[in-house]
Amino acid sequence: MAKQVLDALLAKFPTAIEKTESQHGDEIAWIQKDQLVAVATWLKDDPAMAFDSPVFVTAIDRLDWRPVGVPPSTHWTEDKPRFEVCYQLRSSKHKHRIRLKISVLEQDGHCPSLATLWSAFDWQERETFDMYGIRFDGHPDLRRIFLYEEFVGYPLRKDYPKEKRQPLVRRDDLPINPIKAGAKPGDAR
Amino acid sequence: MAAPRDVTSLKQLVLGRKDVQDLSLSDDSETELPPELMTVNMGPSHPAMHGTVRIVLSVDGERIVKSDVQPGYLHRCFEKESEYATYTQVFPYTDRLNYVSPMINNVGWAMVVEKLMGLTDRIPKRTEYIRVIVSEMSRMTDHLTCVGASAMELGAFTPFLYFLKAREWLYELLEKVSGARLTHSYVRVGGIAKDLPDGFHDDLTHTLDQIEKVMVEVETMLNANKIFRDRMAGIGVMSKEDALATGCVGPIARACGIDYDVRKDYPYSVYPELDFDVPLGTTGDCLDRYLVRIEELKQCIRILRQCLKQIPDGPTMVDDPRVTLPPKRDTYNTIESMIRHFKHIVDGIRVPPGEAYAFVEGGNGELGFYVVADGTGRPYKAYVRSPSFVHLSTASQLIHNHLIADVVPIFGMINMIGGECDK
Repeated sequence: MAKQVLDALLAKFPTAIEKTESQHGDEIAWIQKDQLVAVATWLKDDPAMAFDSPVFVTAIDRLDWRPVGVPPSTHWTEDKPRFEVCYQLRSSKHKHRIRLKISVLEQDGHCPSLATLWSAFDWQERETFDMYGIRFDGHPDLRRIFLYEEFVGYPLRKDYPKEKRQPLVRRDDLPINPIKAGAKPGDAR
Repeated sequence: MAAPRDVTSLKQLVLGRKDVQDLSLSDDSETELPPELMTVNMGPSHPAMHGTVRIVLSVDGERIVKSDVQPGYLHRCFEKESEYATYTQVFPYTDRLNYVSPMINNVGWAMVVEKLMGLTDRIPKRTEYIRVIVSEMSRMTDHLTCVGASAMELGAFTPFLYFLKAREWLYELLEKVSGARLTHSYVRVGGIAKDLPDGFHDDLTHTLDQIEKVMVEVETMLNANKIFRDRMAGIGVMSKEDALATGCVGPIARACGIDYDVRKDYPYSVYPELDFDVPLGTTGDCLDRYLVRIEELKQCIRILRQCLKQIPDGPTMVDDPRVTLPPKRDTYNTIESMIRHFKHIVDGIRVPPGEAYAFVEGGNGELGFYVVADGTGRPYKAYVRSPSFVHLSTASQLIHNHLIADVVPIFGMINMIGGECDK
């Protein structure tokens, strides 16, 4: 059903779509970063698309991506984009769904914000920023949402150790601000 | 005759100032409140906050001019922990997301793993029916809690006691089914942990009859109650367009007139075989949210009665060695089964690489799990699309220009569940 959406996208934006794929019935389109806002605006406004309902935003950190049973060429290496930002959209009229994916390089870490198009993405982009450190350009109020301002690092990144503790209440027997190698205080903001 | 009022103590009361004797007592302007906005912290620990959430309010008198809603006090790293747990070990974590309807979370997680493994169409009929039965019972506990607690916060204590009594009957039944009152962990990838207990059919029929009586009592107390209606009607109104753009789903969106129910629009499990209606509101205020929830409770009872009639006999697990544990008898007696059992428990269910998003109609609306698998027994990434989090993001807009007292019914009807919202 939603295959038509991918075909329509490819016909309308032949240069902006990097690739499309279907997995387990979910339709995925990889969008070039600089074209994301244009594509998203069209998906929202075009009557045949009418993606009026935002579903979720999240990101994937590919740092440890070495899946079992597939050729090593698909594994993550340093020259590949480390992050993927996923936007899931739904149309209440046509009942189709699509997932937009944007590749983000580690040294870049920026992605265009869609919070002005769908206000639901306001908090969800803040959550993605909080957990992965992706900076959404054009977001009206990008600050941490679940964690506290003083938190250093981004906990859902694969290189953030699960056992690491950052108590907000200072204790004499713990370092005041346990800083990960390379991170500076205030990095979070 | 009343004693003359002590102006000094009055000023201390109003201004909280200690040096009041320095002021000229004849000047009346000092007894007025300052004209600038006042900042009030509501929460993170507040009896009407349903969990822990903090709202920083800027108020002009009693009117809310600006607010900043801050969740996160219950963040327990669901997603990070899931990456280090096997697919089966995530079930107890999902129990603790929306802890008033854990069964629906269990079903949602099982569905996403089954989708990744291509098992969706192979789940036995009886299993699907049992999943629907426990899901609908969970939806009832969710709505009973939401309506009961909100009524209590508005001063109607009796409905709260009646509904919590009804909820307890359902919890007792779910305890008989799963062994735990609240954290059921009853669903498994490819099926359920065990079949329904003996006498469940009669117990549930009896409970539903009792709950119907309780609902008549509570509706009589609330629906025409002037205090209740005045506090709910016209409060926290949301337009249909706003509800769509802010991603609202479930009873909140339906109260605004959006006809979206995952069970109808993207049917899963055996819902296509069941006959039920999706109630819709017209005004999108708190009263409509309440009425939609009450009607959904009645629809749940309808679904459950049909399920009890239609449920077939059959197995409770899909017959697939990738997800099913070998029978205990074999595990203890043959080396192959013992190894399989061991690999299942220690390495987890091997899910082929790929990604999928599966969603169910939770107590608060579309509850989805997005999983990226890398072929090992643990998810590479697990994300939960929690409806509470999305709904809470509209709270700031809903309470705008309302009185502080209106925060209570608006929050009650958003039904923010801390565990689900903060992950």
